[in-house]
Amino acid sequence: MAVASDVPKDSFRLSMLIYDTRYRSITIQVFVLILFALFVAWLLNNTAENLATRGKEFNFGFLWQRAGYDIGQQLIPYTNDSNHFRALLVGLVNTLVVAIIGCVLATVIGVVVGVLRLSNNWLIGRLMTVYVEMFRNVPLLLWILLSYVILSETTPQPRDFRITDEMAAAGEAPAASMILWDTVAVTNRGTNIPSPLFDRGLGSLDLGFLSVNLTALAYILVIGGSIWVNSRIIAAARARQEATGDRPVTWWKTLAVLFGPVIALSVGLGLHMEVPALTGFNFQGGILVAHSFTALVIALALYTAAFIAEIVRAGILAISRGQSEAAFALGLRPGRTMNLIILPQALRVIIPPLISQYLNLTKNTSLGIAVSYLDLRGTLGGITLNQTGRELECMLLMMLIYLTISLIISAVMNFYNSSVQIKAR
Amino acid sequence: MAPINFVRNEMLAPSAPPVREAGAVKWLRENLFSGVFNTILTLVGIYVIYSIIVAALPWWLNSVWNAGSLSECREIVAAQAGEGATGACWAMIRERWHQFIFGFYPSELYWRPVLAFGLLVAALAPVLFGGQKRNLTMILAVVAAFLLVTLWMAGAPLVVFVLSMAVVLGMIAVAQAGSGKLLWFTALYPALCFWLLWGGSIWLPVVAMLGFVVLGVAYLALVGRTSPMTAAGVGVVLALAWWFILDKPLTEALFAALPWGIEAVASDQFGGFLLAITIGVTAIGFSLPIGILLALGRQSDMLIVKTLCVGFIEFIRGVPLITLLFTASLLLQYFLPPGTNFDIILRVIILVTLFAAAYLAEVIRGGLAALPSGQYEAADALGLDYWRAQRLIILPQALKISIPSIVSTFIGLFKDTTLVAFVGLMDPLKGVTQIVRADINWKGIYWEPYIFVGAIFFVICFGMSRYSMHLERKLKTDHR
Amino acid sequence: MKKSVFLGVVAATTMVAGVASAQATLETVKARGELICGSNTGLTGFGAPDASGNWVGFDVDLCRAIAAAVFGDPTKVKFVPTTGETRFTALQSGEVDVLIRNSTWTLSRDTELALDFVAVNYYDGQGFMVKSDLGVSSAKELDGATVCIQTGTTTELNLADFFKQNNISYQPVTVADDSEAQRQYLAGACDAYTTDASGLAASRATMPDAANHVILPEIISKEPLGPVVRHGDSNWGDIVRWTYFALLIAEEKGITKANVEEVATSTADEEVKRLLGLSGDMGAKIGLDNAAFKNAIASVGNYGEIFAANIGEGTAINLARGLNALWTQGGLQYAPPFR
Repeated sequence: MAVASDVPKDSFRLSMLIYDTRYRSITIQVFVLILFALFVAWLLNNTAENLATRGKEFNFGFLWQRAGYDIGQQLIPYTNDSNHFRALLVGLVNTLVVAIIGCVLATVIGVVVGVLRLSNNWLIGRLMTVYVEMFRNVPLLLWILLSYVILSETTPQPRDFRITDEMAAAGEAPAASMILWDTVAVTNRGTNIPSPLFDRGLGSLDLGFLSVNLTALAYILVIGGSIWVNSRIIAAARARQEATGDRPVTWWKTLAVLFGPVIALSVGLGLHMEVPALTGFNFQGGILVAHSFTALVIALALYTAAFIAEIVRAGILAISRGQSEAAFALGLRPGRTMNLIILPQALRVIIPPLISQYLNLTKNTSLGIAVSYLDLRGTLGGITLNQTGRELECMLLMMLIYLTISLIISAVMNFYNSSVQIKAR
Repeated sequence: MAPINFVRNEMLAPSAPPVREAGAVKWLRENLFSGVFNTILTLVGIYVIYSIIVAALPWWLNSVWNAGSLSECREIVAAQAGEGATGACWAMIRERWHQFIFGFYPSELYWRPVLAFGLLVAALAPVLFGGQKRNLTMILAVVAAFLLVTLWMAGAPLVVFVLSMAVVLGMIAVAQAGSGKLLWFTALYPALCFWLLWGGSIWLPVVAMLGFVVLGVAYLALVGRTSPMTAAGVGVVLALAWWFILDKPLTEALFAALPWGIEAVASDQFGGFLLAITIGVTAIGFSLPIGILLALGRQSDMLIVKTLCVGFIEFIRGVPLITLLFTASLLLQYFLPPGTNFDIILRVIILVTLFAAAYLAEVIRGGLAALPSGQYEAADALGLDYWRAQRLIILPQALKISIPSIVSTFIGLFKDTTLVAFVGLMDPLKGVTQIVRADINWKGIYWEPYIFVGAIFFVICFGMSRYSMHLERKLKTDHR
Repeated sequence: MKKSVFLGVVAATTMVAGVASAQATLETVKARGELICGSNTGLTGFGAPDASGNWVGFDVDLCRAIAAAVFGDPTKVKFVPTTGETRFTALQSGEVDVLIRNSTWTLSRDTELALDFVAVNYYDGQGFMVKSDLGVSSAKELDGATVCIQTGTTTELNLADFFKQNNISYQPVTVADDSEAQRQYLAGACDAYTTDASGLAASRATMPDAANHVILPEIISKEPLGPVVRHGDSNWGDIVRWTYFALLIAEEKGITKANVEEVATSTADEEVKRLLGLSGDMGAKIGLDNAAFKNAIASVGNYGEIFAANIGEGTAINLARGLNALWTQGGLQYAPPFR
């Protein structure tokens, strides 16, 4: 039997490395690898030499030195006695908060605008088009700067809230007043919102480098537990519906399970709200949400939402008309058609570009520099870098952290994407 | 008795449709008030428009165009519209507009960037309007008209006027014969543009371009005798040798012999939109070949090549542009041999190019993936090797589908060039605005520069995005 | 083909810039034919380009004086705007030859960053400005106040230290630059604005209602601002330092931009003769022309003239000489003997 091995076996010659397609790819790869290694070695060598000439060394020891500066918005405990690493964490948390709130807001606005652009309301359709085109075609930096200026120029100063004795005598109202039943004060410094306080808090557990707030942990556990129990109840109801055809009434169970334990926990811990009040120069008590944060979130959300709106619109338009016609033929009203027929299908088209918008938003949080929002770039890549002069370490660390965040987001979203795509069978 | 005739023998005029079903009312009912929800939306929309107008209109109406300082503006507004009225102070734009557009570029040389920009459009036209003689002629005519007006406004010397008209009209003439030859102009354009913007010795771009001639000659001489890859490799090595060893002495020698050149302008004079466009266009231009190589590398079967390409692309796409800019400004000099020193604009262009290359690589990968696999198989069946298949079959089609996305990438990149302000460059949005505000006359001016710069960005980006949508429709050759 | 632009630029810039740190800065500067001076991205009175793109300001004039000393021509200087983050790196990497940009002399910058502060051209201190109707007369009464502060400077650290020492609290509002800080402060987004007292005075002078703002008496830090050069090139440091001292001595001796030529012909003062290069070889001792300091004075005037022209009383910024008066008039500006 003639088999392939009958082909005359040439002895291996060196030129085959180039001319023989079997070996060529290996040659190329080895060549590329050597070039790359040389390149990296060259970079490292240069860096080492440059560090030496500038009398610097490469180490991250500075992270454990006292930072010495204050950060306006700190979601984890921090004082100017904390070290630079702590400041890094504060900045990282600030970055993540902007990114998460921004993504949620952008998605909501983007979906609404995308749907409204297709609405048959002429005025709204035009308005949404204007909005989308304006935000897509002007640099994000401008929107951040503008929203910051607008926020701080159109809101009253804290002193406008003050009622002086003369005003009280004359029965005049102050120039500005708090909103939402006197619990929220919007000043040109930021938004003061009430903060939860606990009479019988659980304290916090110190794990050395970070301390865990046990109260928050308790809430997370209780809410998580409630949601899990609720999902079991609904699953049981569904099983019953499939078995017998009628669905048991579950809404009161759901309400009780979702809210009962949380209310019980709150009462148990003595939860009450600390409402901000004007004392001295500022509103004290409650939580101050600085305008740099609000402006950044608003600008990022509106900017990204304009892109998401286009993605959503394209996704909806990609669903063939037959689908909505079939839904109408079944007697579904337009709202339900959108919710039950169109959006679930459009989602498959929408999600992949949506992921990259989320990534963009997360990376764009670094533009907080324009309003001096102290995010990761502001602390590690800004003040810390400035005070310590360790630009190499700070920048590399910062890039590494951003890269990690991006990779995590795309991993999570890709996982979600693969779960909603139609499975090819 | 005459029989009563019940048959109508003349028609009544048709009665007018009910008011609700005709004319403006019908349109309003259908488009604005077709239901409770829609009515609410409409009312909300009207309220939004109303509040914007109420807030902004007086400010616009009280605009001041002639004043020497912000306080003078405020006085004029107060005199015109009474105490406490607000008004825009466009006088600042009137005084400083040239810094927003050209930065510190010498004002008597404004014709150079203007000419470079006009010729950029002329150079892009053959690429975008390949075979369409009519469009090509039209766009070149527009360029000619644009140059005629702007060069006159910028006060260009007569010889430049005549030369540039000759070039564009010559291109129109060549276009009538066939657009293929115009690509030579596109190929020469980068050198021309560099020379126009930065000025200096003419030999610098000429000798640098000769490097490509060296590459081409070496390739053509060897390609028959050895494999195309070896030929290309030898060509590249020779060209690199040309650039790194021969280039500098040759340029200097030629300049010493024939000192032809125009006044040099240093990079630090660049600012405003000139800087934004320079960075944006150069970065996209450089990044296109790199992006193509990266995209091909990412699709390659060779594990190491693929890993390197994926690693590079994901790294660049995973970090914010601003960190890359800080890298350009703070770190790049650590990575280069001690003593290497070149200016910040060039360093920024390098990093922005790498940034754009990673994004373009993904765009082109999308184009490659969108090609039906039959195209790859057909190329294989014809016995084409990898590079020929790419060059003749795959890339032309993949690039064509990618053009709209490339344009969007460019729009994004162009907007992102504003971030260079954070490394101390004079971008129009923050850099120039900041120096204008540092002037004691204009200290405290906020809205006007933002609105001015924003409007220009909007016009440019909106125009490009509309154009790319038009291209997208035109390039859709499938009939799904 | 696009690569050619890249390589062209590389070639062009390397031709212009040459190799920087390998040789002495003076050689590099001379070979390049111009001085590169790290400046602010725009600070009123101290350094900003005007409508025609010419840099003007207090710090800018010192750069011009150095250029005049080296080349005899004050226009042979290029200004590279640097931000708070990029300024020291730009100097370390040789991108600029000298950094004159309101930089505070501190120990760690002098040592850790491998830089040398060679003189103090402006003695400053960090202060606070508040609106007069706030009813505050001392910074110690600012408990709980919101304070606007520019990032990337030593002021952040000083502010934190000050409030900590006095055991009072504050809410920092970080802002990117001076004009932004002024906007926030005027809009009432912060109760107090803190920066160098000169900056406060400059801001206050340009406000439409200057009388309604007060600068509090506390100066919470020493801010000696001065030119910075790379560590390890003492000759270049000497040039910058002594050009500056020459301007001081010129003021002390009453030599101005206008009368420098006249003084040169008529003077009998030996120190003035040495200063103007009429006797001795003071210029040659630091590698310059003997007329170097005369050129510097002739091009920008003496220290007092620079001060008066850019930030002094009579300009819109209206700063008093204060600590920056000559030592003979009770200030701190003191030049060692020119011999």
